[in-house]
Amino acid sequence: MTAMPSEQIGRFQTDKTEWDNIANTQEFKDLMVTKRDFIVPAFLFFLVYYFLLPILVGYAPKFMATKVIGVVNIAYLFALSQFFMAWTIAWLYVRAANDFDKLAKDIIEKAETRAANNKGGR
Amino acid sequence: MSTPLVMFLIFIAITLGITYWASKRSAGSAAYFAASRRVTGWQNGIAVAGDYMSAASFLGIAGIIAFQGYDGFMFSVGWLVAYLTVLLVVAEPLRNAGRYTMADVLAYRLKPRPVRAMASVSTLTVSTFYMIAQMVGAGALVALLLKDSGISYRAAVIGVGILMIVYVVFGGMLATTWVQIIKAILLMGGTILLSILVLGHFHFSFGAFFDAIAHVTYHEKGQEVVKDFLTPGLRYKPPYGALDLISLGLALIFGTAGLPHILVRFYTVPDAKTARSSVVWAMVLIGSFYIMTTFLGFGAATIVGRDYITTHGGTNMSAPLLAQALAGNIFFAFISAIAFATILAVVAGLTISASTSFAHDFWTNVIHRGVERKPGEEVMVARISAFVVGAVAITIAIVLGPTANVAFLVALAFAVAASANLPVIVLSIFWRRFNTTGAVAGLTVGLLASIGLILISPSLMAVDPPTVTGAARHLIQAKAIFPLENPGILSIPLGFVGAILGTLLSHEPTSEHKFNELLVRSNTGLGAERAGAH
Repeated sequence: MTAMPSEQIGRFQTDKTEWDNIANTQEFKDLMVTKRDFIVPAFLFFLVYYFLLPILVGYAPKFMATKVIGVVNIAYLFALSQFFMAWTIAWLYVRAANDFDKLAKDIIEKAETRAANNKGGR
Repeated sequence: MSTPLVMFLIFIAITLGITYWASKRSAGSAAYFAASRRVTGWQNGIAVAGDYMSAASFLGIAGIIAFQGYDGFMFSVGWLVAYLTVLLVVAEPLRNAGRYTMADVLAYRLKPRPVRAMASVSTLTVSTFYMIAQMVGAGALVALLLKDSGISYRAAVIGVGILMIVYVVFGGMLATTWVQIIKAILLMGGTILLSILVLGHFHFSFGAFFDAIAHVTYHEKGQEVVKDFLTPGLRYKPPYGALDLISLGLALIFGTAGLPHILVRFYTVPDAKTARSSVVWAMVLIGSFYIMTTFLGFGAATIVGRDYITTHGGTNMSAPLLAQALAGNIFFAFISAIAFATILAVVAGLTISASTSFAHDFWTNVIHRGVERKPGEEVMVARISAFVVGAVAITIAIVLGPTANVAFLVALAFAVAASANLPVIVLSIFWRRFNTTGAVAGLTVGLLASIGLILISPSLMAVDPPTVTGAARHLIQAKAIFPLENPGILSIPLGFVGAILGTLLSHEPTSEHKFNELLVRSNTGLGAERAGAH
């Protein structure tokens, strides 16, 4: 094996391994889909929202300098809103991640039970 | 003894006490490199914030806003938003699948030796560049803050360097963590106090405060000018200003999640859920801090004024001078001590991540193929390399001198993290086909592209007038070939292209076979490293 002993915390790979088995279970596929359905849109949303700031400031400076409340302009409010955008997405992610944790817990428990049974059967 | 010096000494005494306490709890690799993985979520979150908010954030951004108004505030936004990448993409998989360094995650499915060697080179590059920038800034700053005590630049660099070495060599990750926590609390406390004093100056009227920001008076080339500091365009000017800011944004968004000294922090917590909550804690602190730079920077612009700051130490002194103007010399000393704590916490974090990567990736896994020949060897090597890294940083900072142009080194560190580290981390976690050739190609191309583009950028290439002499002169006296100061917009795509092309042009079935293992481990935490006494 090219792999190093200190890296081998878990099990060894064979052709049809336990890791492959877990990866192919419906539970694991559900977990991946659930994660993807939150993370991909959230990531794309924040990229677009964030890069709108330098793009608008750079290419539409007159619009961004429009005063909204007293002397405070769109540019300042939009920059300030970025902080609340980041916090909101972080909060939504933590809520969604509690569901990921539940799904992952099932997978871990099943895998550990199977491993214990295999040992006992030998 | 001057008041700032007394406050510096108090901070040093407290942190040395912590280092002594931590030194008795740092035996063994997991204890030394990862504080036994027993740091709690809020503690790690505060430490991440303390690791991340450098003097460049505290003094630098306050200064940029004081001098260039809105553009400086806009500049600060990306530093927080970047943590969404850390939260959504990197922190949890890394904690689930790794042990001490980012290369642990890569080494699962790829051939460990080439990947670790290259990842270690990239880590040491990022950490060293970032550290030199911090050390030069620290030396100049400490000398300035303590000029009444007669501390020179050279003495300041050596003092900061020795302290950082002592924290890391004796106290390991545990001492580093607590230095960062104390620094972050001091920094937040000082910033909140300063913000309240600024608002108090305007009788707690936001209207009056913003009206003052819209009419900032100062002298430019002998002429008095009045400018609206809320209007964009004072820093980022056409034709390349917007593009440079977008390029910086890319380097922050993709680079923060590839900074080795931030990534190692996620190994100090018991599990991925705690890693997640620590990112959220960090985001609350970092975001609040950058929002308050509004008060620090604009407060300095309106209450102290550009003219006074220019003649009293320059942009970096904006926040301390604001403190002096609002509450006198004691508060000046307090803010100066915070700046000092800030520098120390960041350089200690950089030192430990560099020495961890050298000891764990290069020494144990590349040279000795993953076998620790005798117990404690890995930690011993890390201690020696922390000492060497510190000594090298001190020497380079002294040779460069206080006037050296080093700001570009921070841009370079983020660019390398974004262009070399992040692409291979992400592709390794998410792309089944990814392989060793791709990882080595991605790391190499990302690293070389970042360095190459910085070399031909306006940071290092410009024609100086004869009046500019010594270290302040640009390295290459010619018109810059690459027009942007931040290479991210080009170097990040190049890093990804290198990684993808390298993968497609080679074939490595073992990497694909082991993908499921990494996928399950990184997404569920099955088989992850646990917290422990050892």
